[in-house]
Parts: sequence; C-alpha cells; structure tokens
Amino acid sequence: MKRFTELIAQLEMSNKTNDKIAALVSYFSEANDLDKPYVIAMFPGKKPRRPVSTALIKEWAIELSELPPWLFAESYHSVGDLSETIALILPPPAKTTDLPLHQWINALGDLNGKDDESKKNFITNAWNSLDMQERFIFNKLISGNFRIGVSNKMLVNALAKQSHTESNKIMHSIMGKWKPDEISYQELIEGAHVDTDRSWPYPFCLAYALDSQPESLGDVKDWQAEWKWDGIRGQIVKRGGELFIWSRGEELVTDQFPELHFLAHELEDGTVLDGEILSVKEGKVQSFSVLQQRLNRKTISKGQLETAPIAFFCYDILEQQGIDQRGKTLAIRRKALLEIIKNIKTEGTVVLSPVVEVSSWEDLALLRADSRLNNSEGLMLKKLDSLYHSGRKRGDWWKWKINPYTVDTVMIYAQKGSGRRANFYTDYTFAVRDGEQLITIAKAYSGLTDQEIKEVDAFVKKNAIEKFGPVRTVKPELVFEIAFEGIAESKRHKAGLALRFPRIARWRKDKKATEINTLEDLRQLLNSTL
Amino acid sequence: MALIRFTNKGIYCKQGDFYIDPWKPVKLAVTTHGHADHVKWGNEAYLCHELTKPVLLHRLGADLNIQTLRYREEITINGVKLSMFPAGHVIGSAQIRLEYKGEICVISGDYKVEYDGISTAFEPVKCHTFVSESTFGLPIYKWLPQQVIFDQIGTWVNNNQEQGKTSVLIAYSLGKAQRLIRGLSETDRPIYVHPSIANLNDAFIQAGVALPETIRISPETRKEELQSGIVIVPPALADGRWIKTLQQAATGVCSGWMQVRAGRRWRSADAGFALSDHADWPGLLSAIKATEAEKVFVTHGFTATFSKYLNEIGIEAEEVKTQYGTQEEEVEVGSQGNPVIKEEAD
Repeated sequence: MKRFTELIAQLEMSNKTNDKIAALVSYFSEANDLDKPYVIAMFPGKKPRRPVSTALIKEWAIELSELPPWLFAESYHSVGDLSETIALILPPPAKTTDLPLHQWINALGDLNGKDDESKKNFITNAWNSLDMQERFIFNKLISGNFRIGVSNKMLVNALAKQSHTESNKIMHSIMGKWKPDEISYQELIEGAHVDTDRSWPYPFCLAYALDSQPESLGDVKDWQAEWKWDGIRGQIVKRGGELFIWSRGEELVTDQFPELHFLAHELEDGTVLDGEILSVKEGKVQSFSVLQQRLNRKTISKGQLETAPIAFFCYDILEQQGIDQRGKTLAIRRKALLEIIKNIKTEGTVVLSPVVEVSSWEDLALLRADSRLNNSEGLMLKKLDSLYHSGRKRGDWWKWKINPYTVDTVMIYAQKGSGRRANFYTDYTFAVRDGEQLITIAKAYSGLTDQEIKEVDAFVKKNAIEKFGPVRTVKPELVFEIAFEGIAESKRHKAGLALRFPRIARWRKDKKATEINTLEDLRQLLNSTL
Repeated sequence: MALIRFTNKGIYCKQGDFYIDPWKPVKLAVTTHGHADHVKWGNEAYLCHELTKPVLLHRLGADLNIQTLRYREEITINGVKLSMFPAGHVIGSAQIRLEYKGEICVISGDYKVEYDGISTAFEPVKCHTFVSESTFGLPIYKWLPQQVIFDQIGTWVNNNQEQGKTSVLIAYSLGKAQRLIRGLSETDRPIYVHPSIANLNDAFIQAGVALPETIRISPETRKEELQSGIVIVPPALADGRWIKTLQQAATGVCSGWMQVRAGRRWRSADAGFALSDHADWPGLLSAIKATEAEKVFVTHGFTATFSKYLNEIGIEAEEVKTQYGTQEEEVEVGSQGNPVIKEEAD
C-alpha cells in the first residue's frame, strides 16, 4: 500500500507524460509482484463490486471525526471529493500497517455479504491504521472509482518499457478477460492467458487524416476507397461458441446490441471482424445522433430497438478459422470477408461496407463531395497491399474527410448566457491539446439541446475551478465535436489559427479528454487546405 | 461601550482613536504584520513590532512615521493600554492586546500555533474579546509537523537533482521564504533567492535577525549553478517567463491550500507542499479556547462556517467582513504606493 501511495503521489506531482511513465516504470520494477496485476486492473477501470455504500462510509466518517454533519458537508463541498474529504477529516491514525495492496483489495472484496457491523469494524480499523494519503487511496479502493489521469495507452507504454515487451502485445494482454487474483504479473506481461481466453480482440488499425492531395498517393488502382462511417468502430469476436463485441474504447459492448447476437450461431468459431456499428433504417445509414440513443445503456427498450435499429458494416477480417489474418494484404482479406458475409443467412444486419469503385482520383473527389448524403464523413483510403497494423501508422490507411471539418475538443471555460438562458452556462470555450497544454481554439454558443445544456450547466456548477468575472474555468473533461467551415492562419489567436463558423456538432460523451485532437492535427489540416 | 468596532476603514478603537490594520488611510495605523492585505501606504503614523519596521520601510518607503514596540512592552494611547504579543505568523508579527477600564480585547492579525523556528512562537493571551482569522477554518486543514514537510521537500529536491531538473519553490517573500531558508539550510544545498526575497532578508539581517546564508539571483547567475541548489521565488513569478528560462524547472508551491488535491491541480505546479503560516483547524480551536474569550469575532477565511461551529460548541462568535485575505498574490508596493510586480530577476 505504501509503495502504491507513493506512485499515486508521483503521478500527481507532474503534468508531464514522460514523468508519469517513469513513475509507473519504477513502480512496476519495485512493487510487490502480487500487487501489480491489481494495479493494472485498476487503470482500465475494471470495477470491482462496491462492498460498502457511500451513505454508510459517510456516516462512519462523521461519527469518528465527531463533527456535526453540516460541517462535514461544508468540507466536502470545499474539497469536491468524498474519499479525500474523509481522508482529511478523520483523526490521525493510532497505528500503522504494511499490509500489501492486493491484500487490502481482497479484504474489501471479502466484505461483500457481511453484516454492517463487521464492515464498519473493518473500515474504521483500516482508517485508524493508514495515514492521510493511504486513507485517500483506501477510500478510492472502496468506491472502485480510481481515476488518476493515467490513460490505458500510458499504462501500456510504461509496462512495455518496464518489461521490454512490444506494446501491442501488452495492449492485447490487458484488454482481455483476466482476474488479478488468478494471474501473475509475468503471465500478464507475456500474455499467457490470451490463448485460453476466447474474448480478446485485436488492436484496431487506425488511420491518419490525409494531409496532402490524394494524387500524391500514386495510382488510384492501388487503393481501396470506402465510406468513412460515423458510428462506433467495433470488433466482433466469435470463439468457442461465444460472441463478443468490443468497441474502440476497449469496452465489451456485446449486451448493448442484441440485433447482432444471432452471429453467435452464424459465424464460424475463430472469426474476428472489424467494422462499424451504425444505426440503419430501411437500408439507410442514420446520423450519429440516432445511434447515440443506444449507447451506454444498461437495458435497451423495445422502443429504442425500433427507433434506432443497428447494423454492422464490415470493413475487415482479422481472424478466420482461428488464424490471425492481419499479416495478409487487404486485397486477400477483402476476398475472405466477402465469402464470410455471403454465408450469413440473416439478411440486412451484417453487411459489407461497400467499396467505392472509381477509375480516377477526380471521380473519387466528386463522390466524396456528396459524402454527407449517405451520412458518412468522407472516405477512407486503404492501400490494397496493406497489412492490418496495430494502432496508428502513417502511409497505408488515410481518412479523407469532407467539410464541414470537425475537431474533437474539450471545454475549458463556460459563461452564462442571456435572456432565456441567463441562468445557465451556455457559452463555452473549447481547447485542443498542444503537447502538455490545452490551447483554446473556438468559442461556441449553439448546437446543444435544452436537456444537454442543463447537463452541461450542472457539470460547470459542480466543476468550476476559478472565476474570472462571469467566466468559469472548468475541469477539462467534457468532449465536444466542433464543426467548422474553414481554417485559416491567425496572428490574433494564441493557437496561431482560427476556425470559421465553429459550432457544437455534438457532445461526445463516448470520448475522454485524453482523446481530443491536437493543435498539430489542425495545423496539418490547415496545410492540406491551402 | 465596546473597545473595538468594525468600520469601512478597518478595525477601530474609539477610546484610543486608532485603527488596527486599516485598509484606508488613517491617523494612526496599529500594524500586526507587513503583508500587503494588512498594511497600506498613506497612513500618518504606524505602530508596529520592532521587526515589522524594516518590512514597512522596505515595502512602503523610507519616509514613514513609525513607532515600534517589543513583545509585551506596554504603552498607553488616550487611556487605552496597548501591548503586542507574538502571533507566530511571520517575523515580527504581533497580536494586539488592548485594555481599557478592565476590558481586554485581543486582535490576532494572522497567526499560527506551530513554532516555525524563525518567527517568535505564538502565545495565547487571555481576553474578553478575541478577533481571530479563519483562513483555514475547516476541519480538512490539519498540518503535518513542519519537519515532515521539509523532509518531503528535501526528497523532492533530491529526485529533481537526479533527473537534471532545477527545483524552484514558490513562497511568499515575507514569512514563507525565511521559514524555508531556515528549514532547508540543513539540506546543505545552496539556496538561491529572488531579489525581492533577498532585499527583505537584508532588511531583517540589518535589524539583527540571524538568517542562514543565501545567494541573491542576479542576471549573472548561471543557470547550471541554480540546478544544483534550491531556488525560492515569490508567487508573482510562478507563471512568469523567468522560470521558463531555467533548465527543466520543477516548481513546488508551498501553501496551506496545497493540502487539497484540487488546490494542487489548480496551481499548475509540479508539486504542492502544505506548509502554511496560518493556524490549521485544531490550531484555531486551541488558540481560541486558550484566550477564554467571551466573544469571538471571526475575520477573513471560512468565517460563516467557523463562527457557526464556534457557536455550536458554546463559544459566542460572529463573522466580520474585512478586506484581509483578499489579495491572494503578494504584490510589492513601490514608494509611490503603486503595485510593482517584478517579473525578471534584475
């Protein structure tokens, strides 16, 4: 626990990615081996069941601190985090303990099903044995809600560096199903479990935005053009009679899309498909906002199944008859994919994402201009002899998006509106990432529904950091896609460029602030539109 | 009649016809300490502790009418007996004790109860009325012993050193800076201070305060030299250009607000150390109880919360609006009364 507490302190002590990775590397070199899988499980948000309710935790903390409940509430209001408030407010510990992290986590897990009195004894005894920092972490462990600014990617990079292993192998390994009490750190690093685990997906192959004229890519015949769909990138895994659907956010979303469950019977074992989950009605792809009604829900109502039915548009095949296909060329994979889709008996739900057939780049450009007509964002250009890479790699796959341009940003300032909206924060300033910093790129007033405005308003009131007159600095957490008509150089703006007619295209609740665009992305765009 | 009243110029003693830490110009300003929110330029006369005098001369200009007292020395102004007791906040900081016809009132100014090794230790004074600050008047603020914090800073400096980084501590030039210099002198690393801190140190040394040796940063100071030591600069420089010119500066803010994680994140510093010159929650409570005061007035900080709590535990308390604690950043005041923020180490 002490070494882990030290890690958290180190992670908090720097804003720089390299420092954080260095802290993680030294942690994974020095910590108790049994603790390590638990720490890895913590970051990708593998939430254990919460053993004690927040209400009870709060009640016991108030009792121990001998403070009136209103004063506890005031303190919580000032701190903004319950785990931290409790850690700060309790009397100093009377004992110390060196119990390792994994034993704490297991002991918390064992509390499930016990009576409140034994839970109380355990928790209050723990509080009395841990210092302020350790208590904070202990409280976070109870809540199962540990978010400390380390992305999966950062964790994977640190593990790769520490163990001298390829990062995609580690990504593979930690993405799958495993339990920290059943696997050793070494096994996890080596991916010993992934052969026996049926669900594991492959890392997605991602594309960069095209930053030059397509003619520079050479002969159009060497390329396969597809629509760039605006849905949820997904991977369908069928192994051992079971079906798994993974989203690009490395989340298992199988239960959210019952329309696809028939694949469990119709796909051969050892098949993995890459594609896009889209809302499709009468053969027509719907806009993302229709699909959005279906996302992140625990249960799907009949009404939702009718108003936002989904389909899977297949891009690629990654595994066939249990054999990894990623080392074959796109041309070969596409043929195999065709065969597989042909053999699916249920029609209309799982289809090939069509290839856009053209004989010249000019023809393709013309078709691209109409992309919005079929609710796509433009085109994808994939080299016919390209292999299926892990992650983002330049050269073989390109996104060739159409206007309006869009950029994923994070909200950093908010201001109240006027008139009808005088009581709500409706005017927002958005930023993109520039190295370690956030840099403002646009201000926008419109584009959200009243319901969404209320939600954002509540967030701003809860997460305001600083006041500058009527403006509030807010925690950079909410991601919005900003649409705009053009981009130009600007000396007046800190970013060095300005967006024309920026407006909120949509609230990307599915994205985290770590996933927003960078200033460099916009500069590239600027160069490609000159 | 009450011995003090709260006016729009500051805390006023009618019987004695003087103000304590007024924020508008008056005839006689009794001054608890030299922080910018407690002493303003433009008063006809000042009365302060003898070690606050060099601060006032340095900050407000040389041509001031200043009378000084030592701790526990008593003078009588218009029949009101006035004396000063150590507040433990910064060097020379004083609680003001007033006595008139058997009625005793103590105005704390800013105070802390832990002895910091450099400011004379806080001393509780029995009184009928006590005016207390409440900067950190919430139970979440409980300081660790300062040695623990100094050890944390020492470890941080060593880690920075290993990574080739320059350790830059952000601390108020009056108080926190001297406290750090004393506390960190045991690390045996050279301590480099910004000129605004060096000037103040010189003023203290001239007044007879013993301070460990420090090196004044000048345009000639080589950046590589700073890397092996500890650099202390005032908050006004925290986000300035100068720090950016250093080799991989790692910044550490020393302030009570660093107790809370959100506080550490808001200041985009690399590290935060909860080192405060104000009393923490237990400190405020113990100090107030020790005065045995019948009535407590709570000034700047969590006034509403703290006074509500005092009333609940049976101590009559009332919150008072003052202008103390309003200037979060320390501003150097030039001789013309104009604020001067020095960006460069010149």
